[in-house]
Amino acid sequence: MVRLIVNRLLLSIVLVVISSIAIFLLMSLVPGDPARTILGANATPDSIARLRDQLGLNQPVLVQYGTWLGGVMHGDFGKSVFSGDPVLNLILTRVPVTLSLVLLSTLVIATIGTGLGLLSAVRGGPLGKALDAISLVGLALPSYWVAIVLVALFAVAIRIFPATGYIPLTEDPGGWILSLILPVAALSLGGVTIVAKQMRDSAMDVLERDYIRVLRATGVRERSIVLKHVLRNASLPSLTVVGITVVGALMGAVFVENVFVLPGLGTLVTQATISHDLPVVLGVGVFFTLFVIIVNLVIDLLYGVLNPKVRVQ
Amino acid sequence: MSAGLFRRVLHKPLGLISGIVVILIVGASAFAAVIAPYDPLQQNLAIAKQGPTLMHILGTDSLGRDVLSRLLFGGQESLSGVVEAVVSMLIIAIPLGILAGYVGGMLDRIILRIVDILLSIPGTIITLAVLAIFNNSMFVAMVSVGVLASGAFIRVFRSAALSVRQELYIGAARVAGLGQVRIMANHVLPQIRGVLLVQVTLFSAATLGIQTGLAFLTFGPPPPAPTWGGMVAEGASLIQSDPWLLVPSGGVIAITTLALCLLGDALRDANQERFTLAQLAPQSKQEPVARVGEDDEAVLAPLPDALLSVRGLTVGFGAPGRETTVIQRVDFDVRPGEVVGLVGESGSGKTVTALALLGLLGRNGRITGGSIRLGSDELVGMSNARMREARGARIAMISQEPMVSLDPSFRVGAQIAEAVRAHDRISRAEAAQRTKDLLEAVRLDPAVARRYPHEISGGMAQRVAIAMALAGRPELLIADEPTTALDVTVQADILDLLRNLQAETGMAVVLVSHDWGVVADLCSRAIVMYAGEIVERASIEEIFEAPKHPYTEALLRSNPHGATPGKPLPTIGGAVPAPQQWPVGCHFAARCPLATDDCRRAPIDMVHLDGHRSSRCIRIAELTAERAKVSA
Repeated sequence: MVRLIVNRLLLSIVLVVISSIAIFLLMSLVPGDPARTILGANATPDSIARLRDQLGLNQPVLVQYGTWLGGVMHGDFGKSVFSGDPVLNLILTRVPVTLSLVLLSTLVIATIGTGLGLLSAVRGGPLGKALDAISLVGLALPSYWVAIVLVALFAVAIRIFPATGYIPLTEDPGGWILSLILPVAALSLGGVTIVAKQMRDSAMDVLERDYIRVLRATGVRERSIVLKHVLRNASLPSLTVVGITVVGALMGAVFVENVFVLPGLGTLVTQATISHDLPVVLGVGVFFTLFVIIVNLVIDLLYGVLNPKVRVQ
Repeated sequence: MSAGLFRRVLHKPLGLISGIVVILIVGASAFAAVIAPYDPLQQNLAIAKQGPTLMHILGTDSLGRDVLSRLLFGGQESLSGVVEAVVSMLIIAIPLGILAGYVGGMLDRIILRIVDILLSIPGTIITLAVLAIFNNSMFVAMVSVGVLASGAFIRVFRSAALSVRQELYIGAARVAGLGQVRIMANHVLPQIRGVLLVQVTLFSAATLGIQTGLAFLTFGPPPPAPTWGGMVAEGASLIQSDPWLLVPSGGVIAITTLALCLLGDALRDANQERFTLAQLAPQSKQEPVARVGEDDEAVLAPLPDALLSVRGLTVGFGAPGRETTVIQRVDFDVRPGEVVGLVGESGSGKTVTALALLGLLGRNGRITGGSIRLGSDELVGMSNARMREARGARIAMISQEPMVSLDPSFRVGAQIAEAVRAHDRISRAEAAQRTKDLLEAVRLDPAVARRYPHEISGGMAQRVAIAMALAGRPELLIADEPTTALDVTVQADILDLLRNLQAETGMAVVLVSHDWGVVADLCSRAIVMYAGEIVERASIEEIFEAPKHPYTEALLRSNPHGATPGKPLPTIGGAVPAPQQWPVGCHFAARCPLATDDCRRAPIDMVHLDGHRSSRCIRIAELTAERAKVSA
C-alpha cells in the first residue's frame, strides 16, 4: 500500500518534469521572440526587454527550466505576466470551483452510470437498446454544446437554474448546488453513458458466472444477488472506466466552465492562453497532472478494496 | 481483403448511411467554394437573425451572413484540423505500436513506459500551452492533440501486431529470410489494416469534438473567418435573441461525430466478422422433434411414495418458438432418502436435466413440456418467488467446478451465512453459529470462514459448496459431477463426505456422473442418458450384471475400472450427436452394432421390463443373445 503511494508520487514528479520540459523546449523552438508574442505587435522595445528579463528569456533554456523547477519545488510557480499576481494564489482561489464541479460530476457518473448499467443488464430488452441510443448521442454531442442547450432550456426558457456564475459552498450551500446543477449535468452526460455501457457488459458477464447460479440454487434472493454479488464483481472493470471518465471530466471542465462563466481553473487557463500568460498555463498544468495522478491512485486503492485478490495483506 | 471489409460495411444499413453522411459532409466542405450559395463573409444587416427561409435554408446570423455557406466553409477548417491530428497520431502510433508488438522484449517495455506517461499527461492543458506558445496556431495545436493521443493507439496497434506475430505465415516469412522491416511493412501492417480503420474513424470523431471545442473557446482563426466551434460560440452569445443559431452549428458537429462513431462501429463489426465467419461451420437445419407425453403407453407409471417425479420433461434452448430441444421425454422418480445416479457421456443432457429440476436453465433455456413434481408441488410453471423458496430449502445443488462456484469477492463464511439466512429468519450471531456448524459438518476448520475463495484448495471449495447446499436442509440434493474437477486423492474424501452426510441427514441425492465407479459406490439405482433421452433405468446390481441397452453396455465396457489388464480399453466409436443432428429414430443407432432399419425409422419408446427396469431399445433380445455368445 505504502509502496504503491510512494511509486505514484515518484511517477507524478517524473510526469511534471517531462511535461514541463516539453513546454520549455517548445518555447525555445518557437521562431521569434516569446516576449513579443506575449506583448503583441505594438509593444515598445523597452517593455519587451523588461519582460524578457522577467521571464528569464535571456538565459539558456536549461537555466530557465532549472529556475522554474526549483521554484515549483518550493511552491513558487512564478508570477502572472498579465496581472503580476503569484500564480499559486491565482490557482488556489480557483481550485474549489473546479474541484466542486469535477467531484460532483464524478459522483453523478459513478452512481447513475452504475445504476443504469446494472438495471439494463438485469432488465435487458428496450432499456438496453435505449441506453445504447442515448450513449451514442451522449458521445456525439460535445459537452460545451450540451451545456449551452441546457442553459437555453433551463436558464433562459424556463428560469429554474442560474445561467452563469458560481456561489461558494461556504456562503450558501443551496445556492452552491443550484449554481452547479447545469454544469455538472453537462459534464456528466458523456461519462454516465460510458460507465453505464461498461457496467452493463460486465454485469451481464457476471450474471452468467457459476457462482451466481450456485447462489440462486441456495435460494438467495435475486435482489441480494444483483445488489451484492453482481454489483460488487461487475464494478471492478467499471472502476477503470470511471477513472478515465473522471480525468475526461477534468478536461471537459475547461470548456464547461467557460460556458457557465465559473471562476475555476478552466476559465483561468483559457484566459491565460488567450493572453499568452505562460507561467499561469504551466502552473495549471502542474495541478492538472497532480489531479490525474491522484485520481489514478484512488482508483488503484479502491480496486484493492473491492478485489480481495490484489488486497495487500 | 480491404475491399471485402468495405463491402461488409456497406451491407449494414447503419454503416452505409453513416458512410454516406461522412462522405457528403467532407465533400460538401471540400467543394464549399463551388456549392456554397453565398459568400460566407458577406454581411447584410437588413436580413440579420432570420430563421430558415427559402433564400437562406439554415437562416442568417447576427450580421446577416448565410449560415449554410459559413458551415460549408467552416467545415474546411474543422475537418483539416481532424486530418492533421489523425496523421500525426498515426505517424507516431503505427511504427511504435508495431515495433512494440512485433519485436517485443526490452523495446516493448520501453515503449509501454512512454505510453503510460503519455496517458497521464493532461492533454487539454498541454494543447492550451501549445496554443499560448505558438500564437494561436490551430495547426500546431491539432498536431499536439495527435501526439498526446498516440499513447492509447500505440497500445491498440501493439496488441494487433502481437496477435499477428503468432501467425504461421509470419514465421514462414522469417524462415524464408525476409528482413524484419520488410515483414513488418509487408505482412504485419496489412493485417492490422482493419483495426487501423476502426481506430482512425473513432479518433476522428473524438478529435472533431476537441477541434470545435478549441474554436468555441475563440482559439484558431479569428473572426470573421467561419469555424464550426466559433459559430456555436456566436449562438451561445445570442442565446436570448436568436437561439436558432445553436441548431445548425451544434447539429453539424453532432451529426458528423455521430456518423463517424457509427461508421467506426460498423467497421469494427465487419472486421470481427471477417475472422468469425470463416470459422463457423455450416449449420444443418434442425429436424422437427416429436412432441412429448402424447403416447401414454410410454410414460412411466408413477411411484406412489416418490419424493421427486419427473414425467415427459423436455427442455429447449434458443428464441421462444424456435428452440432447439436438448432433452426430451425424460421420466424418472426419486424416493425419499434414495441415491440415484444419472449417467452418460458429455452432451447427453445430464446437467441440463439437473438444472431444469432447480429451474435454473438461464436466459436461453426453458422447459417446453412435461412435469416435475416435488412432494405434492408441481415445479414446472411455479412462480419465481415460490421456486426461490424451494431452492436451497427443498432442493439444492452442488456443481462441477468448485473453484468457480464461490463468489471471489466475499469470504466463504459470508457466503454460507447468506445461504443460511435465505431460509431461516435468524440473527447474524445465530447465522454465524450455524455457519460454524455447517463447516464442521463438512469436516472443515471453522476458521476457514474468514478466508476468500482464492485462498482455499479445490477440495475445500467443494466442501464449502456442500455446506452452502446443506444450509437450507434440503430433502433432495443434486450433485452434478461433484468430483470431476478435483484431484484423484481428494475425490474419495468428497465421496465419503457425501455418503456420510446422506446417511446423517436422510436426504435424497441425484448424483450426476460419467464415472461408473462413483455411481456404483454411492447409488442404489442408475438412470442412463444418451443424446437428450433416458435410455435405461435399473438398479445398480441389475445394470452391472446385465445392461439392457447397447449404449449402457458400451459405456460399461469402456469403464477403466472393469478393464482387462494388458488389453486396450474398449471405446465407443463416434461421438454423441449435437441436438441439431438428432436422428428421427434411435439416437444411438449410428454408433450401435445392433442397429437395424427399424431402429432408424421412428422414435423409439421406452420398453418396460420386469420390476422397475426399462430400456429405450427394441433389440433387447438380440443384445442378450449377443452377450450370451460372448461369455460362452
